[in-house]
Formats: sequence, C-alpha cells, structure tokens
Amino acid sequence: MAIDSVPPDAHALPGHFGPYGGRFVPEALTAALDELDAAFEAALADPAFTTELADLERTYTGRPNPLTPALRFGELCGGARIYLKREDLNHTGSHKINNVLGQSLLTRRMGKARVIAETGAGQHGVATATAAALMGLECTVYMGLEDTRRQALNVARMKLLGAEVVPVTAGSQTLKDAINEAMRDWVTTVDRTHYVLGTVTGPAPFPRMVRHFHEVIGREAREQVLAAEGRLPDAVVACVGGGSNAIGLFSGFIDDPEVQLRGYEAGGEGVATGRHASRFAAGSPGVLHGARTYVMQDEWGQTLPSHSISAGLDYPGVGPEHSWLHDTGRAVYEPVDDAEAMEAFAALCRTEGIIPAIESAHALAGAMRLGRELGPEALIIVNLSGRGDKDVETAARWFGIELGES
Amino acid sequence: MTRPLAEVFAAARAEGRSALIGYLPAGFPSEAGAVALINAMVESGVDIVEVGLPYSDPLMDGPDIQAAVDIALRGGATTDVVLDTVARVAESGASAVVMSYWNPIERYGVERFAGRLAAAGGQGVITPDLTPEEAGPWIDATTTHGMDRIFLVAPSSTDTRIATVAAVTSGFLYAASTMGVTGARTEVSSAAPELVGRARALTDLPIAVGLGVSTGAQARDVASYADGVIVGSAFVRRILQAPDLDAAVAAVRSLAEELAAGVRGR
Repeated sequence: MAIDSVPPDAHALPGHFGPYGGRFVPEALTAALDELDAAFEAALADPAFTTELADLERTYTGRPNPLTPALRFGELCGGARIYLKREDLNHTGSHKINNVLGQSLLTRRMGKARVIAETGAGQHGVATATAAALMGLECTVYMGLEDTRRQALNVARMKLLGAEVVPVTAGSQTLKDAINEAMRDWVTTVDRTHYVLGTVTGPAPFPRMVRHFHEVIGREAREQVLAAEGRLPDAVVACVGGGSNAIGLFSGFIDDPEVQLRGYEAGGEGVATGRHASRFAAGSPGVLHGARTYVMQDEWGQTLPSHSISAGLDYPGVGPEHSWLHDTGRAVYEPVDDAEAMEAFAALCRTEGIIPAIESAHALAGAMRLGRELGPEALIIVNLSGRGDKDVETAARWFGIELGES
Repeated sequence: MTRPLAEVFAAARAEGRSALIGYLPAGFPSEAGAVALINAMVESGVDIVEVGLPYSDPLMDGPDIQAAVDIALRGGATTDVVLDTVARVAESGASAVVMSYWNPIERYGVERFAGRLAAAGGQGVITPDLTPEEAGPWIDATTTHGMDRIFLVAPSSTDTRIATVAAVTSGFLYAASTMGVTGARTEVSSAAPELVGRARALTDLPIAVGLGVSTGAQARDVASYADGVIVGSAFVRRILQAPDLDAAVAAVRSLAEELAAGVRGR
C-alpha cells in the first residue's frame, strides 16, 4: 500500500529498512539515541568489546547451545528432518540473554548506572535483571498488570535478582503499555539510565543493534547444520512477536536465497475473531513505539489491542526489518492460533521430552505445517527460543491438568 | 477570522507580554464539552488553543493527560471530531493548532490532514514525536496548505540539533522545559531558561515553553524569558476533578484568568 508520508528516498536513510524503521520519538530522546548509536558503533570497532561479549556468551550464557535433531517430532512434520536450535538451554531460559548482555556491556561503556526494561512474558525482564545483577546495575522492569498475573513466577524471579518490578495499569495492561511506561521513565531519567529494549522494534538504532546481538543464533545454527548435514536447510522457522529470535536465526541465512525464512505470528483465537496478534495478516503500515512498521490499528490510526495465549507474542507491532522482509517477499509470515500452538506444545513434550515456551510452540506449529507441505526430504531448523517452565500453569489449565493432584 | 500564529505573538510582544497557549484534548469530557471548555479558555485570556488529538499510546504524556485521552477515545473522539472541534473553535475567532502524535496523521494521510485542517480554520500542528528527518512529505503538505509546523526542542538538544529543528519549524518553537512527560509540577525546571537562551541565539522564531507550568506565578516566571507559555495538564487536572461540566468550565476560567495575569507580569 502507498504511504504518502514516506520520503521517496527513505531506504537510503540510516536506521531504515526500506520505508520502515526510522525514529519517531520525543526530541528529548534524540541525544540519548545518538549517544547509543555512537557507543554501539565504537563497540563494534573495538575488538575488546567483541571478546568480552564472546567470553560472557561462552562462560555465562552457555553458548554455543546445541542444534538438536528432533526425529520423533519430525514424524509429525510430514517426516521432515527437523533440528531445534536450543536457545531454551541458555542461562535464564531463552534467547533474550544474548541481547541483554550486549546492551548491558554498552550501558557500562556509556557510564550509566541504571537499566530499565519492558517485559511481556517476563523472559526479557528476567534476562535484564540477571545481567544487571551480574554487572552491578540498578534495574527497574515495567510489566503490564495482566502479564504480572499470568507470569507470576517470572515476577518473583526478577525480584529475587534484585530488580524492581512496576506493574503497569494503563491501557490494555500488556507489553504495549509496558513499553509506553518504560519510554516515559527513560525520557525523564535518560542522563543516568539506559533503556534495554527487548526486541528488534523501537527507534533507530535499536532494531539494528538488537539484531546484531542475536546474530549469534544464526551464525551457530548455520555452522552446526553444515557440520551435521553437509548442506543448508530448506527453511528456517521462528515465532515472531517483536521478532528478535526470528531475526537472529534468519540473519544466518538471509543471503542464501534457497533457504526459506518463515515467521509465525500469534493468531490468538483466530484472525477472523479480531482477538489475535497478527500484524501481517491483519495490520497495516503505521508508526508505533518509535518506528514505522506493520501495526494493528483502526481506520484512525489508533492501536488495536492484541491477544495471544502467549504473553511474549501479545504485541500489536513488529520489528521494522520484518516489515521489509515481508514486503520484499524474502520472508513469509503466517498466523498460528492458540489451539494449533498448544497442539504443537504437547507434541514436542511427548515426542522429544522438551517443554517449549508457548511462544516457541508457535514456531513448532509452523514447522508441522511446513514439513507436511515440503515432505520427508525437507530439512528445517526451528528456533526453540525459550523453555516452557514459566508456562506450566497456563498449559496445565489448557489441557485440564489439575495442579496439586498427586 | 482567526489570526495566524505570527500575528498573535507579535501582538503579545507589542503589549509587552507573552502569549498564553492552552491545551485540551478534543472529545474530553465530550465533543460538546471540549468546545465549551476551550471557548471558556479563550474568553478568559488564552491566546492560542492547542486541540489535542487523542491517541491510544501517548508516550510523552503523564497520568492526567493519559486519563483525559482515555475518556475522549472511549467517547469516540476520532480525527474527524478533532477537525470539527478546531472548526468550532476557529468560528469563535480563536487561533487553534492541533497537537498530535504522528501515527493518526499518517493514517489519515498527511496531505488530506493538512488540507482539512486548513479548511477548518486551523493554524498549524504540533507533532511531538515527528523528527525533522522523517518530516519531508509533511513539510511539503503543510507548506501547500499554509499550516504552521511546530516542532519541539528539549534540554538535551545540542545547538546543532536546535538549529536543525528550528529550520523546519514555523509559527513558534516549542521548548520542552524539562526532561520528562507532561504534568503539572511545583517548579518549572531550571533547564528552561538555559534552553530558551540557547535557542534565541539560533532562531528568530517565537519560543514557547511547555511541560510543568500550572500556576500564575510559574507563568509569570516563564513569561520573563519566553514568548509563549504553554499549559495543558493543569487544565486537564481541574476538569478531571470537577463534579460536572459547569464546575469544569468555572475551574478552567479561573485558571485561565490566573495564567493570563501571569503572562502579563501580574
């Protein structure tokens, strides 16, 4: 669709992905974003930074994590050969730690004493609280009130790690509103605070920077699949909320046109019901949280509430690079609804002895769909972005398992 | 006939005072209620009205304006309601600008929005989250339709940045007094005079200070160094606290009179 507010040469501007991305922020944040951009560039050019981050990834996160063949699960995917990239085995239980360690090191380099973060499922909040404890930074995490209820365990984890957790009661009380509140904190405290944005959304340089810190996923996966199979996969598959785990995996294969990039967004109760988080299936280009990207919005440009069984995918926007990959056709995005995701969740538990995060279960459902389409010769990597410990209560309720029963 | 912003500032300057700029969201507490409240503001000494376009994600706003905007949105305050509100305010002779986050304007269509606003008798638009880098087509559309473009500077803005922002701004430059969100404060930040001083050296535009001004005394203080004093949350808070529309109108009148005295150094 044509957007009459996009400069024709937008793609040539720094911080843009085609017409997407950019910076739509209060002027008070411009200086901080410029400072961050400069610190990031300086860090990239400094071998000591790269070494320090790589050491932390090895000794703290536990990288490289394995690429696990999922043979029994593959039988449910039309017999395709499925590999799982095991981000769930990272310290703190998801891919989120990759980005947080990078940004926390940058925070120290900028001489700031405090970090803030937003969180939906709580994984990014836990990762930020963890890195803050490790590096001796103060930490405040904003979390929608509804999310603090459905992810109570992660709230407790953050508090144990010494972070302050602020429940956000504005708006829909979910991730979107937590980001608004974190932005308001940041604009007020920016001289001593860094905002550790948890995904590849937001104003430049966040989308590019967060992607950089997750590229390790794609780098490892590419090396591991070549070692195991001697060839590139036919497709790489990930769930897409903001899209950080997806862009991390995709980045390792984006220049290989023979590798399909597949992203699965939350279909919630079904796209037709309106209760979903399917930005590509039902949204349109707009501006949200500092970037131009696909947004769930009404005819007036008001953000629509999103819905998903998975708190981490329950977000009405998406990273601007995904919008560009979508428009160019390089990546394909499809919705997976709650029921299909939970079916895949159960399937992985029973066939592989791995309890996935419900976010990641959307990618597993996508692999089941895609494997059946591509057939038994297909080779597919699924990003298992997180583990499901935090989701046990939700899953038990879904499957009718009574808690406390012996 | 409403006066262009430049004339309003020139007239205030000729009287040896600053201009008073008052903000209220359209549709708050209702479409008709907002018009009544804005008219009360103007009758009580507000020179320029900022009609807020209610948006679902007002990330530069504090709790008072968030609450007001929620009420407006639940009451169905669409972009067309905002434009109608501007038209009714302009009919009464007041100079009105719209204050809007960027997405509703982009969604409406920048060309269409600028054209409709001009037809409604509006004078310009304040865009708190639009940066000059992203503003190319907006500059064209506002130029075509003779609408002023009001951009913001902040205490953290470098001199280079202030010059960049001022170069695309018309009407007046909006100086955010503090690093933070909207909301009445007991003191206006000491960063404000410093920011205005730096901006003066870089532009001839009138400079108005907003964020945190809520009393006549604060208005008098800001008026001693700025061309305009912007008040929003203090009006909104009084309306939120009022038991009914009549009480809200009375509260708005009394605050506007106090502020109008303030900008006159009284």
